[in-house]
Amino acid sequence: MKVGVVVFPGSNCDRDMYHVLTDVFNLDAQYFWHDKGLPKNIDAVILPGGFSYGDRLRSGAIAAHSPIINDVRKMADKGIPILGVCNGFQILVEAGLLPGALLKNTSLNFMCNWTSLIVENNKTPFTNKLKLHQKIPIPIANGEGRYYVDDETLKKLKKNNQIVFRYSEVVNGSTDRIAGVCNENGNVVGMMPHPERAAESAINPIDNKPSSLIFESLINTIGVKN
Amino acid sequence: MAAFNVHVTIENKPGISDPEGETILNDLVLKGGDSAISKIKTAKMLKFTIKEKDKKSAQTKVQKICDELRIYNPMVSNITVEVFDA
Repeated sequence: MKVGVVVFPGSNCDRDMYHVLTDVFNLDAQYFWHDKGLPKNIDAVILPGGFSYGDRLRSGAIAAHSPIINDVRKMADKGIPILGVCNGFQILVEAGLLPGALLKNTSLNFMCNWTSLIVENNKTPFTNKLKLHQKIPIPIANGEGRYYVDDETLKKLKKNNQIVFRYSEVVNGSTDRIAGVCNENGNVVGMMPHPERAAESAINPIDNKPSSLIFESLINTIGVKN
Repeated sequence: MAAFNVHVTIENKPGISDPEGETILNDLVLKGGDSAISKIKTAKMLKFTIKEKDKKSAQTKVQKICDELRIYNPMVSNITVEVFDA
């Protein structure tokens, strides 16, 4: 089972993600540079965090037009699990694969903090090992993390169970404290916090198990470890 | 064909909080003593230079580029497109 990690100019969490997939969870992962396609034998795709194109225009707006996104879109349509973390989430939103927008945090600060998530949808390929309403201690690291949707879209998200994670308290002014969403089919998930920075006990002073379950959910979805 | 400057202003829709504009208003302008100002909104402007047959075509072309390439996110922003002789 192979997981593709997409690398854009300015990605900086690609190696953390690759490390967690391979060294911690023993998955077969491979990097893919953004200006090429994805092979057909990929079982899941992860868009990692960073500052693609230096956040020029706005976070994710330029990377959303990278050639690899055409293949990510095709895989999304086929139901293949796709996860965007932080800048990866912003890219999925700007590519129109997920609804909404990510605005500057209300504080106008780059926020690099530990926060706590609540699982709102445990049916996705990245949350199926988590319990509904389970709390996840997890770090955020972003300047444009304030998720915004209009009232009509918010209603739709609620109706279709597309809100995957909420912050347990107001963190950055996100609509309805939303920290992560999925598409209507549930196979494309985006989240601002960084599970790859929280899935090992050595770097998680609180509890690494809930974040580990995000990756265990993926393994549960795409098959056994190699 | 003539050259035109096309100014595209990308602005958040009404009702979406703009903490940068609020800070400029409250912590700079109002503290500076000018109480006549009631609102400041931040926006981003892109200035295109384009060769087209007339102003109308220049406006249509730039609007199309902005829509198709999602120069702005329609969930959260509006744009205004203004054309000037270069």
